[in-house]
Amino acid sequence: MSTPVSPLRVIVKALILFLVLNLAFAAWDPSGLGGLSLYNRLFPGRARFPFGEDPAQSYNLSLSSLPAMFASHVLTAGPKPADEFRVLVIGDSSVWGILLRPEQTLAGQLNAAGLKACDGRTVRAYNLGYPTLSLTKDLLILDLAMRDRPDLIVWPVTLEAFPVDRQLGSPLVADNAAAVRALIAKYRLGLDPNDPALSTPDFWGRTLVGQRRPLADLVRLQLYGVMWAATGIDQSYPADYPPAQTDFTADVSFDGQPGPTLDEKSLAFDVLQAGLTAAGQVPVLLVNEPMLVSPGKNSDLRYNFYYPRWAYDQYRQMMTAHAAAGIWNYLDLWNLVPADQFTNSAIHLTPAAEATLAGRVGESINQLSCP
Amino acid sequence: MTLGLLLAFLAAALLANLLTRRGGRLYTLLVLSALAVYALQPALPVRGLDFWLPTATLALAVLGWVLTTPDEQRGWKANAPAALILAGLVLALGLTRLLDVSLPLTASPPPPTLQVALVLILAAAGVFFLWRFARPGRLLLGGAVGLLLALFVVLKVPALAQAASAGLRMLNLQSTQTASPLDLRWLGYSYLAFRLLHTLRDRQTGRLPAVSLAEYVVYVIFFPALAAGPIDRLERFTADLRRPLEFGAADWAETGRRLVAGLFKKFVVADLLALVSLNATNALQVRSTGWSWVLLYAYALQIYFDFSGYTDIAIGLGRLVGIRLPENFNAPYLKPNLTQFWNNWHMTLTQWFRAYFFNPLTRALRSAKKPLPIPAVILLTQVATMVLIGLWHGMTANFILWGLWHGLGLFVHNRWSERTRAGFAALPGGAQKALNAGGALLTFHYVALGWVFFALPLPATSWHVFLKLFGLA
Repeated sequence: MSTPVSPLRVIVKALILFLVLNLAFAAWDPSGLGGLSLYNRLFPGRARFPFGEDPAQSYNLSLSSLPAMFASHVLTAGPKPADEFRVLVIGDSSVWGILLRPEQTLAGQLNAAGLKACDGRTVRAYNLGYPTLSLTKDLLILDLAMRDRPDLIVWPVTLEAFPVDRQLGSPLVADNAAAVRALIAKYRLGLDPNDPALSTPDFWGRTLVGQRRPLADLVRLQLYGVMWAATGIDQSYPADYPPAQTDFTADVSFDGQPGPTLDEKSLAFDVLQAGLTAAGQVPVLLVNEPMLVSPGKNSDLRYNFYYPRWAYDQYRQMMTAHAAAGIWNYLDLWNLVPADQFTNSAIHLTPAAEATLAGRVGESINQLSCP
Repeated sequence: MTLGLLLAFLAAALLANLLTRRGGRLYTLLVLSALAVYALQPALPVRGLDFWLPTATLALAVLGWVLTTPDEQRGWKANAPAALILAGLVLALGLTRLLDVSLPLTASPPPPTLQVALVLILAAAGVFFLWRFARPGRLLLGGAVGLLLALFVVLKVPALAQAASAGLRMLNLQSTQTASPLDLRWLGYSYLAFRLLHTLRDRQTGRLPAVSLAEYVVYVIFFPALAAGPIDRLERFTADLRRPLEFGAADWAETGRRLVAGLFKKFVVADLLALVSLNATNALQVRSTGWSWVLLYAYALQIYFDFSGYTDIAIGLGRLVGIRLPENFNAPYLKPNLTQFWNNWHMTLTQWFRAYFFNPLTRALRSAKKPLPIPAVILLTQVATMVLIGLWHGMTANFILWGLWHGLGLFVHNRWSERTRAGFAALPGGAQKALNAGGALLTFHYVALGWVFFALPLPATSWHVFLKLFGLA
């Protein structure tokens, strides 16, 4: 004979179970969950990090779990092949490849070029770009990527990623507060570890309920692996988009500085140096990435939407001076690409321009691969 | 339907359960269901339409009762409370326009109060006239059936819906340039029409029991089943409604089980599968045969979990207020043949079509002066029924193809089983089980391939997917 069910007891038991599960989850550090991935097992790894604001069209989404991002990337597909000369390309949206298919990005074009290292190994480039402008975000990725045994790092940068006050503004940086604080301490960076931008969830924020969004994102990332495998699509490609701005107002300020002198202390050169230190013995090729040099209205004052001429010119001088002093492998390719070869931003290139850039970067890779 | 709205329904049903054990359930359900008709209606760009369509739902329900109820059962005294409640609710919702706060009961602010009052008076006059003087005969009942079907056609044929939208926009002094078939999304009309047609047809054949206005309207617009069924029968529904609400521990357990299962199926499984299900966009993007099958399987499972999840929720909510709605799904993908699949998929819909279309058509064909051969009758009735079910989903070429796919499949299975029945019965149990398992696999794939027509809007895209599925594209 079955015992009658008491609805009240069922509800009370369910509530207790719910509470215990939440508390246990909050007490446990769930960051390792991101490492559990169907990518590189059921589905091929992604050619670039997950990023997307229109999941239904791009079959992609933005999330802040670095372990999940790396686990979904083809870089972590397996042990490094013996005949591979591994090149990691880090950087901003121009590296990630907004409006470009994976094979059209800088990393994709380097792979298509079929480069060989001096010792005969095949050059294989991995796209580790992520679409926000912050050197600290690049450092965060580089620091983790070092465990994947690169032979060379290619690091395209632009002035917009340098301002100290923008270093922690990237959501990827803000949501990985513990890792960023560790970097600040390790490399003695001039950033505030207690900056309110670095969000650390409180106890309730670490419960299952508090973490429901990141957990749902992890599940969705796995499911979008089906679509990535089925279609090879990881961003939406609108037929029409607003082109990069070429006419400007007469505003010549940069990052709150009116000019004519760019304050070097306002730029995070220490973060750039930390990246070079993090790479250790692995050579780093720093590239001042190509940008739009506009021929439009007020172009005598500004190069493009981002930069007034005075600020950018001084930034280039600083970079050249640092490169000389630090014996950096440095390529200044700021004006490599003609104005009509940019897409929707002053740093987003067309596939043809990416090929040109890859040609120049490829030459340097060849040289750097030789002892 | 959003999770928030479902939770509101759950709270309402729970309150109704707790507060109406000693009586008052009928009118409580009447009020809740009438409010749900408005709350469920999505916002529409034609001014006022998201208020008028739910109001039309209530008006059709009342008219349905007037036309299907014998003269002597239409006493004003017994039915006045329901009529006044419905009119009062419409007026009260209309008056919410005067409030500063926006209530979640209507998708957008109701039309001007004077307009609402005027329409209400006209509707009341029309209903009163029919109530007092109508003697529903073949003509009137047939006319009502015709009206419901005509409305259905207008709503489902994109060109007609667009033209109707343009007309309504013109009346509202809105631009007709932006008129779209989507302007006429009348939530729940399909199920409303099924219930009304059932009562009108049963009234024509003299099988319909007499019920009160409140009972009839609650049956037609019962809030848990308004948007996605199941389609109950009036006599069964009112039997539950008239029974006192006794709710024991087993009922709580079963209700909880159905609600949890339904919410999980719909909002976890189906919504996640939707991310990777076949659709018009990814159908052209998928690169290989294997992944095409994965997307198709995902669609087949998504549509099942979505629909059966809603059904579980409806049955759970219904049970909470003492109504045992009929089952709609019984493990359809595990059935060994297409006939059994259709006996277990959206069961209340197929029963409806069987009762009101398939059986009468079969009888008519068989009793014709020059009867057709039996296989021809089976072919004709199966195909006609399934094409009609396809058209119910939407009047497009792809839904016709979907209907043909299933109609022909049912015919082939019918002929096959006719020939092999004796041999199958003679097989040992193990062989029968193996054949049934193989049959289930085959049936699932036949149904899944049929979903290609259902999921995609155009025959050309469907053809492309078929080629891809079989490695030919």
